[in-house]
Amino acid sequence: MLNASLSELSSALARRAVSSVELTKLFLERAQRLNATLNAFITLDPEATLAQARAADALLARGEGQALTGIPVALKDIFCAQGWLTTCGSKILSNFVSPYDAHVVERLQAAGAVNLGKTNMDEFAMGSSSETSFYGPVRNPWEQTRVPGGSSGGSACAVAARMAPVALGTDTGGSIRQPAALCGISGLKPTYGVVSRFGMIAFASSLDQCGPMAKSAADLAPMLNAIAGFDARDSTSLERPREDYARCLDQPVAGMRIGLPKEFFASGLAADVARALEAALAEFRALGCSIVEVSLPQTRLAVPTYYVLAPAEASSNLARFDGVRYGYRAPDYADLREMYMKTRAQGFGAEVKRRILIGTYVLSHGYYDAYYLQAQRLRRLVAQDFANAFGRCDVLMGPTSPTTAFKIGAKTADPVQMYLTDIYTIPAPLAGIPALSIPCGFGEDGLPVGLQIMGNYFDEARMLNVAHQYQKATDWHLRAPPIE
Amino acid sequence: MALTLDDVGRIAQLARIEVTEAEARLVLSQLQAIFGLIEELQSVDTQGIEPMSHAQDLILRLRADVVTEPDQHDRFQSVAPQVEAGLYLVPKVIE
Repeated sequence: MLNASLSELSSALARRAVSSVELTKLFLERAQRLNATLNAFITLDPEATLAQARAADALLARGEGQALTGIPVALKDIFCAQGWLTTCGSKILSNFVSPYDAHVVERLQAAGAVNLGKTNMDEFAMGSSSETSFYGPVRNPWEQTRVPGGSSGGSACAVAARMAPVALGTDTGGSIRQPAALCGISGLKPTYGVVSRFGMIAFASSLDQCGPMAKSAADLAPMLNAIAGFDARDSTSLERPREDYARCLDQPVAGMRIGLPKEFFASGLAADVARALEAALAEFRALGCSIVEVSLPQTRLAVPTYYVLAPAEASSNLARFDGVRYGYRAPDYADLREMYMKTRAQGFGAEVKRRILIGTYVLSHGYYDAYYLQAQRLRRLVAQDFANAFGRCDVLMGPTSPTTAFKIGAKTADPVQMYLTDIYTIPAPLAGIPALSIPCGFGEDGLPVGLQIMGNYFDEARMLNVAHQYQKATDWHLRAPPIE
Repeated sequence: MALTLDDVGRIAQLARIEVTEAEARLVLSQLQAIFGLIEELQSVDTQGIEPMSHAQDLILRLRADVVTEPDQHDRFQSVAPQVEAGLYLVPKVIE
């Protein structure tokens, strides 16, 4: 059951071979047992979770179950869930019990899914290692001295360690794909605007996207089906005809053109990751795909562009945390200004404060044109690079992360070291295109390697198709870390 | 661009985050390293390129100016640090 696919679980629930309560208890007990060491969850509330499981069982008993009815889903603690502590990994929200549900939480609930618990993450989604959380670092279930990646490290760890069959994460600069790669699971960042951000605590509004994390592409598809779609409450939500993201999973991929951006295979990519990628590409050739070299010339500027835009947007989004309407308020202050200054100094961690300061600076008078506007122009060049590349191929492939999982603490002394690990994941959200990561092997240290697949706008179904065909021909996605 | 301690102090004020002098020294060197990374942007000539703020070049949706939400202030204010009679309490601003 712990290793079962979504469709296997769904079918077992539908024919009442197992109840949602039984299934949920199985995952809950494992989560509670492993959380002491892995720290994947910030909040587990068995009573609330099992109440949802009982409601799902009632639906199933009436024969009203859908694809996700009764399925426990772990939620990154960035999603507001009514009645649940929602901390965003931060002290400043450590007392915030959300009075409302995020859009995606509502959608999962309407689909009959069960909230398994809130997963740990880098504070305010700012990080690539899940080390900056107020609640302590998450550990990689493959090797517990190593990071699971970030910022959706808790969600990735939960799925990899079989504490949850599926999870939701968010991706701004790579925060779904990179932890998926480092933990050996599959994760998808949809096209910007496809999934509503209402109730998803904002980091960088023009980049943030919610996406599913699971053991396979075949499991990602029904999750995306449940959460995608227009929501009037998100001003960036797109009105488009409904689509079934699983519709072409089984199509053969012979003839599909795969583009390899040469900038993604240059120096900086670890040799063992490169080897695993090469083996994966051989599999795609065997499936009948053709491979063509393309170029994304702006790749080297993607990281600095992102580290102007994302902190700038964050400095604006995090201005709301001031101790007035919700969250932590400093205990001592002489006046209103001091209340703000101390609340934010005490409530935010070091990385968050750094990014707010950078963002404030690049938006300030005298620097706005040289930094923020310049970065926005470079953003358009990055998007143009992808448009040019997709003229010559159907999907792009490359590494998700330059290395396998690094040791906890290895990159925390120098922020720039950490930022540079995002080099392959940053371009896709800058352009707004969809991107996913699937496991494709192991590095020389026995740690998972992720293959990144990037697609043109709204091409998620084709990306899931090519990922699924690879997963039918290989078994990397079936490997689990050696934990009892 | 050389960032100074004064700059750190000024930005911290703008961002409403209290930074002690010791913290300012530490964060200064970290920020200088990050700005070293960001400086590379200046090497590109972007004359004639339109800034891009959004992937789909969306236009903000408008809607009819009618009331659609019920009054839920009790529920939403239940999470506030200090509330009284529907008002958020903060230290006195105007003498």
